[in-house]
Amino acid sequence: MFMGYSLGDLGSILAMQGFAGLVLFSVFVLMALGLAIIFGQMGVINMAHGEFMILGAYVTFLCSRLFAAYLPGAFALYFFLAIILAFCASGLLGMAVEWALIRHLYKRPLDTLLATWGLSLILQQVYRSIFGAREVGVELPGWMMGSTHLTEQIEIPINGLIVMVLTTLITLAVYLLIFRAGWGRQVRAVTQNRAMASAVGIDTERVDRLTYGLGCGIAGIAGSAFTMIGSTSPTAGQLYIVDTFLVVVFGGAQSLIGTIASAFTISQARSTMEFFLSGSMAQVLVLLSVVGILMLRPQGLFVLKVRR
Amino acid sequence: MTESSFSRKDMIAVLIFAAFILIVLPLALEPFRLNLVGKYLTYGFVGLGLVLCWGDAGILSLGQGIFFGLGGYCMAMFLKLEASTPAATKIQSTPGIPDFMDWNQLTALPWFWRPFHSLAFTIAAVPLVPALLAFVIGLAMFKRRVGGTYFAIITQAIAAILTILIIGQQGYTGGVNGITDLRTLLGWDIRTDHAKLVLYFISGGLLIACLLLAQLVRRSKLGRILVAMREREDRVRFSGYDVANFKIFVFCAAAALAGIGGAMFTLQVGFMSPSFVGIVPSIELVIFTAVGGRTSLLGALYGTLLVNWAKTTFSEDLPQLWLLAMGALFIAVVVAFPNGLAGLVQENVAPLLARLRPRLRPVPSATVDAPKQGAVR
Amino acid sequence: MTEPADFLLAVEGLTVSFDGFKAVDDLSFYVDANEIRVIIGPNGAGKTTVLDLICGRTRASAGSVRFRGRELTRLKEHQIVQAGVGRKFQTPSIYEDLTVFENLEISFPRGRSVFGALAFRRDEAVRERVREVASLIFLEPMLGERAEALSHGQKQWLEIGMLLIQDPALLMLDEPVAGMSVSERRKTAELLRRVLRDRAVLVIEHDMGFVEDIAHRVTVLHQGRVLSEGSMQHVKSDPKVVEVYLGH
Repeated sequence: MFMGYSLGDLGSILAMQGFAGLVLFSVFVLMALGLAIIFGQMGVINMAHGEFMILGAYVTFLCSRLFAAYLPGAFALYFFLAIILAFCASGLLGMAVEWALIRHLYKRPLDTLLATWGLSLILQQVYRSIFGAREVGVELPGWMMGSTHLTEQIEIPINGLIVMVLTTLITLAVYLLIFRAGWGRQVRAVTQNRAMASAVGIDTERVDRLTYGLGCGIAGIAGSAFTMIGSTSPTAGQLYIVDTFLVVVFGGAQSLIGTIASAFTISQARSTMEFFLSGSMAQVLVLLSVVGILMLRPQGLFVLKVRR
Repeated sequence: MTESSFSRKDMIAVLIFAAFILIVLPLALEPFRLNLVGKYLTYGFVGLGLVLCWGDAGILSLGQGIFFGLGGYCMAMFLKLEASTPAATKIQSTPGIPDFMDWNQLTALPWFWRPFHSLAFTIAAVPLVPALLAFVIGLAMFKRRVGGTYFAIITQAIAAILTILIIGQQGYTGGVNGITDLRTLLGWDIRTDHAKLVLYFISGGLLIACLLLAQLVRRSKLGRILVAMREREDRVRFSGYDVANFKIFVFCAAAALAGIGGAMFTLQVGFMSPSFVGIVPSIELVIFTAVGGRTSLLGALYGTLLVNWAKTTFSEDLPQLWLLAMGALFIAVVVAFPNGLAGLVQENVAPLLARLRPRLRPVPSATVDAPKQGAVR
Repeated sequence: MTEPADFLLAVEGLTVSFDGFKAVDDLSFYVDANEIRVIIGPNGAGKTTVLDLICGRTRASAGSVRFRGRELTRLKEHQIVQAGVGRKFQTPSIYEDLTVFENLEISFPRGRSVFGALAFRRDEAVRERVREVASLIFLEPMLGERAEALSHGQKQWLEIGMLLIQDPALLMLDEPVAGMSVSERRKTAELLRRVLRDRAVLVIEHDMGFVEDIAHRVTVLHQGRVLSEGSMQHVKSDPKVVEVYLGH
């Protein structure tokens, strides 16, 4: 058989790598959701998105320490409070950044890219000064640690399941907010024609600020989820930014389904290939095929034909 | 050359710059510092390309590190092969191949290394390999009218891919350490102080030659078409031009310039590694140009020197502060001074002139003139 | 009847749809050499889309556009321009950072390839032609000015001049007098009549006075189809036209 594995083995490997991919997929989806809101709806390139995620991770880390020190009895539940705090912290920082920086640059998308890169450097340095350069890990409550056995060979980690559920809920919420409620319409109206949106009574500044804050807040939640699969360091966010942008662009920046589908494809392809190849080669192959496909189909996979 | 190609002001500004890097700095600096400046100047090659590609044509590439690295690796491969004679590597299990290949259990030189035994091939490859990759990327992207932010993101992804690839393929590339321990160029030891001085002058001379070449391109009709394309792409297209070809050309030219810079870097610093290829160095190269002024060739060169000088000074004394300062610099340049130092000088010519030291005096005149792209007379 | 090949421009069965909506629907019309043809019609009739289709900016779903017997629908934009079709956009589309001279020079039909542009020299022939066109579009005194300094009307003329310097056989103008003063309109009409030698002009215009002033023939578009065609007098008295367009 293939590389000495039997067919049954291969099936289990695919399933288990698939579940390993699911956590990565969740982090990708959450990161990409935030970015898709900011980039797809507002047209702003947020290179500091990874640092907003890491802020959420540090908030989660702090929560776990505080609960362990002062509320050991409630430690089992700290994670849920951490998610909310992570969302608020990253969201508020995002709104502040929008006010101080982004709003001056709406007409110059390439320049938002450079300015937010500068922001990411500053944030990294701030994290380093506060938390130190070393990686920190979060202690998970006991009930989140184990794994359930589906079959004899396939086991799924519980924390992975929790992250999945969380991601699904947030995705649903974003879907309702952006595509079902009037909010999304307002955001798109502002992006397409600022003057007109303002003329019909939309508070464009408020819409911009809240949208940017929402995108960053979701990145913060991604950070909470991230603490379960990786350790947090000042520069950990940067490793994810390119992948996330590719996810968003690959899916077609305006399409929520596209974003999720492309996050799924990329994370699954990567974790499945990682089993057979070295991690770096898997990453190279996946990125290379994404770039290759984007060159053939630059509008992304899920975009309607529109009049130029 | 027509009368409009070079004005006297331009020539004076170029001469001042030439005098600054070829006479003033070598006299003023000790060998170690001069070698550092030589290193900065190799980034200047990239800056020239970015002015053409980003400043003029409006195409932001976040992957200039790719081309800088490719040029640098081409040169490093030649030097490494020269350093890996069977005699020098006789303790290896396979003598005659680079040491890192031997450590990674390779027993023969890979095919793509073989042509780099030839210096002539290497010199040709330094600009051509980057230009060729740029051509492929440009062909795929520009013919399909992909531009702006998408192009920037894709080039950034390619920079990431190349870095991961180089690090992952240790046996072929030297991995994360890069290609090190380079010694001689056709038997001439490049590690001595004297050799470094000679290489500094070669590099500086080449930079000025490239500056003049870039100036020539900007002053030609092609230069004006690039600016026109940035402003009104459709109008250019409907004036009978194949816009994509012009974008491909300028992207390839920028890549070739970056490649030359990379090769000069390898020669002067004595090694090449993936840390000069990836996302971070690529975006830093853009920032050097942005600080100097994205629409001014000389501005980009002064900007590169200045930011790197500041980086070295700061990170020697206050490494934590440097990242903060650099981040703030990015933001300040982008938000408040989109035309960088050159723009500042231009807007405040008169008040600044008085305060500037004499040797910098003609700079403003050059930068004032640059965006206009050759006036009619 | 003449054969279609005798027309300068023959548009036949031209159709394009955006997401199922047919913006131009089985449209046919013919333009003679030396003719000024004006396309009128209510908003959304597909006027600008027709120009987009002819110059290759939008790709047709079906139908053909033959220009001097050559099929245009398969050519790229720059090839269509090189075949002799010039297009002016609705809002003045000029290079504001360049001088009037440079605007015209860029449009001069020589050195259009990358290396051609590198080797391009500003010789006497170029200067001569730029001055000639500049005087035609009333801008000779402004040659050294940056184009952003021009008035709105002058920008419109400059763009027309950028087309004229290419010496196209068909000149397509999208609302050339929009936003112009009365005297500027008169000068524009005079300009169009003067440049007519050896070329046809296809104009989209809303200003009926101007249309009456210049048009040889008028084509009325409605919902992507030809509603009426002929002299201004004929079109004006056509009851269908009166109903959808001129009536209110």
